[in-house]
Amino acid sequence: MSNTRQADAVSPWRAPILFLILVALFVAEGTMRNALFSGSWNTALAILNMGLISAIMALGVNMQWGYAGLFNAGVVGFLALGGLAPVLISTEPVQGAWAAGGARVLVALVVGLGTLVLAAQVWRRFSGPLRVPALIAVLIIGFVVYRGLFDPAVMAIEANDSARTGNIGGLGWPVLLSWPVGALFAAAAAWGVGKVALGLRSDYLAIATLGIGEIIVAVMRNEEWLSRGVKNVSGIPRPVPYELDLQNSPDFVARAADWGLSPTVASGIWVKLLYAGLFGLVLLGLILLAELALKSPWGRMMRAIRDNETAAEAMGKDVTRRHLQIFIIGSAVIGLAGAMMVTLDGLLSPTSFNPLRYTFLIWVMVIVGGSGNNWGAALGAILIWFLWIKAEVWGPEFMRLVTAPMPEGVLRDHLLGSAPHMRFIALGLVLLVVLRFAPRGLVPEK
Amino acid sequence: MDILNALVAILNFVVIPAAAYGAQLALGALGVTLIYGILRFSNFAHGDTMAFGTALVILVTWGLQALGISLGPLPTALLALPIGIALTSVLVLGVDRAVYRFYRRKRSAPIILVMASVGVMFIMNGLTRLVIGVDEIRFDDGARFLISVQQFRAWTGLSEGLSLRVSQALTLVVTALACWALFRFLNRSRAGKAMRAYSDNEDLALLSGIDPERVVRLTWLIAAALAVTAGTLYGLDKSFKVFNYFQILLPIFAASIVGGLGNPLGAVAGGFIVAFSEVAVTYPWRKIAAYLGFETDGLLQLLSTEYKFAVSFVILIVVLLFRPTGLFRGKSV
Repeated sequence: MSNTRQADAVSPWRAPILFLILVALFVAEGTMRNALFSGSWNTALAILNMGLISAIMALGVNMQWGYAGLFNAGVVGFLALGGLAPVLISTEPVQGAWAAGGARVLVALVVGLGTLVLAAQVWRRFSGPLRVPALIAVLIIGFVVYRGLFDPAVMAIEANDSARTGNIGGLGWPVLLSWPVGALFAAAAAWGVGKVALGLRSDYLAIATLGIGEIIVAVMRNEEWLSRGVKNVSGIPRPVPYELDLQNSPDFVARAADWGLSPTVASGIWVKLLYAGLFGLVLLGLILLAELALKSPWGRMMRAIRDNETAAEAMGKDVTRRHLQIFIIGSAVIGLAGAMMVTLDGLLSPTSFNPLRYTFLIWVMVIVGGSGNNWGAALGAILIWFLWIKAEVWGPEFMRLVTAPMPEGVLRDHLLGSAPHMRFIALGLVLLVVLRFAPRGLVPEK
Repeated sequence: MDILNALVAILNFVVIPAAAYGAQLALGALGVTLIYGILRFSNFAHGDTMAFGTALVILVTWGLQALGISLGPLPTALLALPIGIALTSVLVLGVDRAVYRFYRRKRSAPIILVMASVGVMFIMNGLTRLVIGVDEIRFDDGARFLISVQQFRAWTGLSEGLSLRVSQALTLVVTALACWALFRFLNRSRAGKAMRAYSDNEDLALLSGIDPERVVRLTWLIAAALAVTAGTLYGLDKSFKVFNYFQILLPIFAASIVGGLGNPLGAVAGGFIVAFSEVAVTYPWRKIAAYLGFETDGLLQLLSTEYKFAVSFVILIVVLLFRPTGLFRGKSV
């Protein structure tokens, strides 16, 4: 890595020009109506909003990879964990769920965690031949007690009005509050994984995070009392007004008419603009903080560790500790993005958390944008997200163009039908090409 | 107390499925561990290489079936396997030439190679989807059972049945043959010794005139052959679905780390350790407890089957905590 970073200086105009291209793409999407673009501002803004959230995810990954060289292959898990926060914090409380088993579930979880803590203590304090049997005894007794408390409580909660809710419900607090909570959830999980896997070979963190990612998603999918599993949690409150309320307000309809827009279109655009403002604010705030941190002595230390761990260690820096720190911070940012994404969708759908889409796509964003550069990561995220969405339209169009001279037949139908899968190949190619020929990305680190 | 029935039930529901699954994991983990030993990175594309190879095998199988060729009681896929291996090897060697060689020459950090393997994973995944689609495919033909439940009951007169599917027996036989051939190759042949020497100490191996590119090519060939075999056996035993092959990556990594990354013998042991713990932890033991005289209401299932990946993960964590080089002392931490 170190030998790719001292490349020549790049033109200072590169980032602004790329930014302008991005703006032009969105304007084209919003205004032009042809085979390539939809010509709807609603679509353009919807892509932008998810792009902004992707940019925050990319920022988190960039902290881990770009600042510290840590490979987090479980982004999807931290994202999903963050997405749980809006459900637990801001959905309406479910009648009777807490009475049915809320307290018991909490006690069970405390027992579960307590078992692990106790086991760690036993391992640390004991020595001699009793050590292993004692550890195993603690784990077995703890597990039995935990399951004894947990299972009936979960049954009780899930039996409670299971068609409509069947989950523990939320606290009914404002949804914006759930964003930092989502970050905290992800940070806690990151602490656990990092504590175990950091300080060993660099690949081990990648493999361990791959595992925790799959487990968190499996938990969300199966623990109906928590996230309703495949039944999804919908109706998560919004920080912005509902389109329907706007359309019913005469004030808004009049203002929309001034702009020459129908109330339906105008309300959609207005809501999405509000979201874009909110997300943009969070993104800019995070970039500002990240840039300040990177320019501080702490940031210099992080880069020194990344570029030469041995030298940094010789200077008395605790490399593993710093890695743990940055891993937690990066995961917290990913968790924040997860909470924001679920808020934007108004829906937690545990089955939709796919690692290819939410882990490795984010990685492509960071690598393409420019690892180590916050602006680059954000830019790359929005650009790649735009292309990812538009590839759905462009892929089949492209295929039709390619297959036009071919005779009608099975092969042509097969190629046309499988155009959507081309996205994966294209993405892999982009990743490999950038990694090889422009390892510093579109907007390289200074 | 009905110990005989309990034993048969354990054999039928735990030992046989876990042994077959363990053999598939072992073949996969052998590939991962060999690549780690020689090329020194964890290959994230391994699962999708398995998927791609299996997809090719399925296509050839369909072709053979259309031609009316079959192997009688054995699945036709066995006949298609060498062709699938050959095609996958070509692809894998091409990928090494186009992607990995550059970083190897530059002596990039292992994590860069891991990242490149993620790119390869994407491409392999897309190719597999392109070639065969995302649906679940069953491609086993020929006889289904070596021993069926009815036969077993008729033979023994026990109330508990036992079945051994052809695909399970085949998995065990093929894995045993592959391991025997591989270890013989590594221990006896000149090329195998060169591989081990290169894995142990790259500089010394170079000094004694071993051609590194040849060793690397050989490694990819063996890994591809193992991956396609593992993928085909897994597909015959369960079914073929692209996403499942991505997910099997975690147990395979767990198996190779448990055994010690870079240690082939460890990979085989690791595969069986992971598989047996996974099946034992997710199997509801109520029936067997009942045979032994403990009647309970609960299923006596430690974890529901959806959490089988948690088992690999916990094993992984325990090994990383207590013995990061694995049970069989693999490469340095």
